[in-house]
Amino acid sequence: MKRNQVNESKSVVLCAEDVWKSYDDGAITVLKGASFQAVAGETVALCGPSGCGKSTLLHLFGGLDSADRGRISVNCNEINRHSNLLHLLRHEVGFVFQLHNLIPDLTLRENCMIPTVAASVDQLIAEARLKDLTDRAGLGHRLDHRIQKLSGGERQRTALCRALMNKPKILLADEPTGSLDERTSGTVFQLLLDIVATEGVTLLMATHDRGLAARCDRILEMHEGRIHESRNA
Amino acid sequence: MIFLKLILTNLRRHRIRTLISVAGIAFSVAAMLTVVTILQGAIGMFSGILSSDSEIIVFERNVSDLFFSNVPAAAVQEIAGWPMVLHADPVLFGIVSSADHPIITCFGVTAADARIRKAIWISGDRLTFAQHTDDVVLGERAADFMNARLGDHVPIGHVVFHVIGILKTANGFEDGGVFMPLASAQTFFHKEGTSSVITIKLRSKDNAAQFKAMVKAKFANMIGLEDAEFTRSYSQFKILKATAWAVGGCGLILGGLGVANTMIMSVFTRIREIAILRVNGFSNLQLAGVIFGESALVSIIGALAGLSIGTCFLYMLKLVPALHGYVNVAIEPVVLLIVIALALLTGVAGALYPALYAMRVRAVEALRFE
Repeated sequence: MKRNQVNESKSVVLCAEDVWKSYDDGAITVLKGASFQAVAGETVALCGPSGCGKSTLLHLFGGLDSADRGRISVNCNEINRHSNLLHLLRHEVGFVFQLHNLIPDLTLRENCMIPTVAASVDQLIAEARLKDLTDRAGLGHRLDHRIQKLSGGERQRTALCRALMNKPKILLADEPTGSLDERTSGTVFQLLLDIVATEGVTLLMATHDRGLAARCDRILEMHEGRIHESRNA
Repeated sequence: MIFLKLILTNLRRHRIRTLISVAGIAFSVAAMLTVVTILQGAIGMFSGILSSDSEIIVFERNVSDLFFSNVPAAAVQEIAGWPMVLHADPVLFGIVSSADHPIITCFGVTAADARIRKAIWISGDRLTFAQHTDDVVLGERAADFMNARLGDHVPIGHVVFHVIGILKTANGFEDGGVFMPLASAQTFFHKEGTSSVITIKLRSKDNAAQFKAMVKAKFANMIGLEDAEFTRSYSQFKILKATAWAVGGCGLILGGLGVANTMIMSVFTRIREIAILRVNGFSNLQLAGVIFGESALVSIIGALAGLSIGTCFLYMLKLVPALHGYVNVAIEPVVLLIVIALALLTGVAGALYPALYAMRVRAVEALRFE
């Protein structure tokens, strides 16, 4: 109840209004009028069976895909083919995937620096940010290690650091601990929640893990292409 | 730095493929350099024959080859009398054959000609030249391959000539040629009273324009050109140069196809990485930069290796006795720049389609790519 009162005073940063999305020339309709809102600093879990459209919704918010119908907004700006998607990806949203999606031949440091290179961030500022994030993620001693040398948990933590390098205010996480064992998964997720809380980042996370979902402010259920509010924390 | 590492990463990942691409460009560049340099050398030698102690050549207008040019003796006499002319030497070019050697260049010249005066006489006496109609002087290499010595009688065409001298010049064509008295050559080639060209030495180079204007005014069917002008405009040289660049260009296109193949494979095998870069904010331009950077690096390394291989090959050719004087290893800087630029252009062209493909990669689909 208290959380809802706080939310009412905060601005809406993610908004989906009657969003439709189909694949294979309309043969498979994944989203059928999905609508929801998330306010700044909120952590939201998207739950539902495989193929229900959780990842699709994340991709739409990240500008990686476009909706057939409806309206997707990030920070009050509608996302469509006319939007500045580069600015969105460089400064407004960060992505974490189930697979770490790091470049294996590069070191941890180099992987994390990729978004800063893309956005032409000053090297000194980028280095300071890298140190801060990796220290908090317990990776400070692994900076110059290649990705192949890191454990699964370390790789996922690296992916989290990379996603937050340019200080985005929205983190889109697609089953971020889905490839990890239960213990590592819990550790990585706790780190994710800690960093998100410290930095005031809005988290939208697709997950099958009900235990992790329960640790978010809100749980949204996706069913037959629509979103249903399941619980408020 | 990371940008460079992204470029290098893929090249290091597929070392054999990278090596094959570099080798493709290298051998193409080496072939181009060798062909162009040898032909430039040959053109230089031919120009050298014409410009031997002269600044201008006069020949028949609109002939496709100097072998077909006919300049009357009267014209030689008249031009020699012009006040700005120091000396005017008629030269008759012809092709003769001897046993086992179907093509030998023959120079019909007077005793005063610079080719006779300035050459090193290995044997024989310069002063005896043109005293008898069956006298002939051989270039050092011609004497070698005709197995002839001073005093020998050698069959050239249907006539037997008496070797009265063997001379050495720096020019490969002249060294492999036969020098006959002008009158003998005119009879031999059935061109009595004519020569192919007149080589002109002026009292002052400043008179060149006036001289050319006089030739134009007095002899409607003849033209006078300064040596550099002639080298630029002579159609045979143009054909040779075009052929050299075309042959070299074909080699480079083949090298470029190799680069294209490498780059296409490079892009196809790293689609997922391209998607990762895109999700992390890489623009189309930045992605293209990685792809073009990769191909440019292959091309530059290939070009440098090719220049080294080509230069070594030219030095080796220079050591072959049969090619003495034909190969000039002095590679012109402009040729060097053109070869490097073409190699780079080929590499970039080879990366065009892969770069466009990379720019069209949809991250959301590519991230599912295994």
